Amino acid sequence: MTYPLPDLVPAIPEILLSCGAMALLMLGAFRSKDSTDSIYSLCVLLLVAVGVVVLVIPGGQTTFGGAFVFDEFSRFMKILTLGASALAIIMSRGFFRLEKFSRFEYPILVVLATVGMMMMISAGSLMSLYMGLELQSLALYVVAAIQRDSGRATEAGLKYFVLGALASGMLLYGMSLIYGFTGSMDFNEIADAASLSENKIGLVFGLVFLLAGLAFKVSAVPFHMWTPDVYEGAPTPVTAFFAAAPKIAAMSIFVRTMVTAFPTIAQEWQQIVVFIAIASMVLGAFAAIGQRNIKRLMAYSSIGHMGFALVGLAAGSQAGVRGVIIYLAIYLAMTVGTFACILSMRRGNRMVEDIDELAGLGKNNPMLAFLLAMLMFSLAGIPPLAGFFGKFYVFLAAIEAELYALAIIGVLASVVGAFYYLRVIKIIYFDEPVERFEPMLGELRVIVGVAALFVILFIIYPGPLITAAETAASSLF
Amino acid sequence: MTVASLFFYLFSVVLVGAAFMVISARNPVHAVLFLILAFFNAAGLFLLLGAEFLAMILVIVYVGAVAVLFLFVVMMLDVDFTELKQGFLQYLPIGGLIGILLFIELVMVLGAWTIAPEIVRVVDAPVIAGIENTEAIGRLMYTKYVYLFQAAGMVLLVAMIGAIVLTLHHKPNVKRQNISDQVARDPKTAVELKDIKPGQGV
Repeated sequence: MTYPLPDLVPAIPEILLSCGAMALLMLGAFRSKDSTDSIYSLCVLLLVAVGVVVLVIPGGQTTFGGAFVFDEFSRFMKILTLGASALAIIMSRGFFRLEKFSRFEYPILVVLATVGMMMMISAGSLMSLYMGLELQSLALYVVAAIQRDSGRATEAGLKYFVLGALASGMLLYGMSLIYGFTGSMDFNEIADAASLSENKIGLVFGLVFLLAGLAFKVSAVPFHMWTPDVYEGAPTPVTAFFAAAPKIAAMSIFVRTMVTAFPTIAQEWQQIVVFIAIASMVLGAFAAIGQRNIKRLMAYSSIGHMGFALVGLAAGSQAGVRGVIIYLAIYLAMTVGTFACILSMRRGNRMVEDIDELAGLGKNNPMLAFLLAMLMFSLAGIPPLAGFFGKFYVFLAAIEAELYALAIIGVLASVVGAFYYLRVIKIIYFDEPVERFEPMLGELRVIVGVAALFVILFIIYPGPLITAAETAASSLF
Repeated sequence: MTVASLFFYLFSVVLVGAAFMVISARNPVHAVLFLILAFFNAAGLFLLLGAEFLAMILVIVYVGAVAVLFLFVVMMLDVDFTELKQGFLQYLPIGGLIGILLFIELVMVLGAWTIAPEIVRVVDAPVIAGIENTEAIGRLMYTKYVYLFQAAGMVLLVAMIGAIVLTLHHKPNVKRQNISDQVARDPKTAVELKDIKPGQGV
């Protein structure tokens, strides 16, 4: 008996990335001492090359019996994820060199986590969603604890692992209920079965558990507890990685699952998404006020931002999904830029993480202070910076979907949230100067510069991003 | 009642009882032994379903490797579980509440269970005549589910890298095995002969 070979073209990026990661692993294992530097650069090169491949292969294909979908939405999200991972590796190089911590496994694990994220983004069935999620999470647990001699990093890794395993358990339980009630793992078939059946209570229970698992991965309230501790405990470049790429991947599978597998019971999931969006925005705004540690502040900030992105999903429309996509792209630029600034908060031989240490940056390093202030204004969502437009598109979609309460609470939460971003700016410009930081590393300068330029100049030329997001969103409907 | 259903109830009752003992046994070694009992009964259930390959895998992999490894770790570590269970009761109210909620949900779910006629095709798993289930699993795994199978391989690779990264320490003063060096030793370098005079010692 012969079987046809499945069409491998849509999966070429994943295949290339996995094979590349394994080849680099061999290189590192056999020439460990002198090859760490070259493995960092080769990993970045690999991610960029795969990004080019993602750009050129034709979209709108499914393969492996529907388990793998490559459409315009996948393409856009994969580009964002690959970019975020590549930037995370570039930013970590200098940090680990200064910390005298050389492990070639770090960039390889980041690449393998990226493979998992791309599998998640392309998942067309519950099983491929789960496999991608586990591949990504497992690599992230290891990366969180990679500085194993530091007690806090180990604690972060362990905490993340235990809570992540719990979330995976809930996800699987939900999937088994959904499978039991629809008889299929495939998103399209689930949608068909859901529209046929009269009694949906079991399916809704399954959906609730699935949402709980996904909400954990995007760190939305009430499944956010791990975020501040893991962000604070993990080494800073790892935190930068956590804040960008995995969030994008998790949010895109969140969107894809809801929109393609459960469009017929949209009423049910919209209620839940509205609730977690409101809870995340409000908690992100209020809990961040008391934070003194900038990494914890960014953790609460990311919780809040995920809430804002979920507002777009709650609308459930094509405009809403477009809003989510634009939001994620802008969030990526702002987060990466801010973390590049945080990574340059270095005095003597060690990193400082207290917000008060930024005092006097406006006098000591006016350029960096200006760029950081722009990023903070943008995170707060103040026009005419990019962050404002991210929020604008999701709230527009929410209002079009007549979710007025959600939009109003969102705007109020963003006003409260602006307080702590503005406090950072106040500390930079108006507090008594303290010592200077060490000079910034070249690659961090470039990243901060590009991110801040993107944020400032987005208003002049927003067209390409919005058109791309439009095409990506329309491929889901 | 047929013999098959008799055995089904036998295996199920012992399985549930053993599973309960796993979490309630005071001695961790007993808990692991009950876990092994639970695995054997689950294997029995698989046999009743006609999935002899899965039954054998369960016995070989779980009983033969995983549970024995557990037992080994439990014996080596000497963890005091009574101490770990201190404060266990403190979380009982909230844990119990969540348990009850889940139970109510399950009852509601099962109460609403109807089997739609179009779902029967899935329940009615196609058993192809003349193909053993080992072969059937292999065919599915390497054709329809090849993507997931490979993904599982990647997950295991990451697990392996992670275990090595997080646990392997390079200590300079540890004597390592170097097979070529060890094989290349000869009596000249390895043995020192001393001429000892009778009655005097070294």
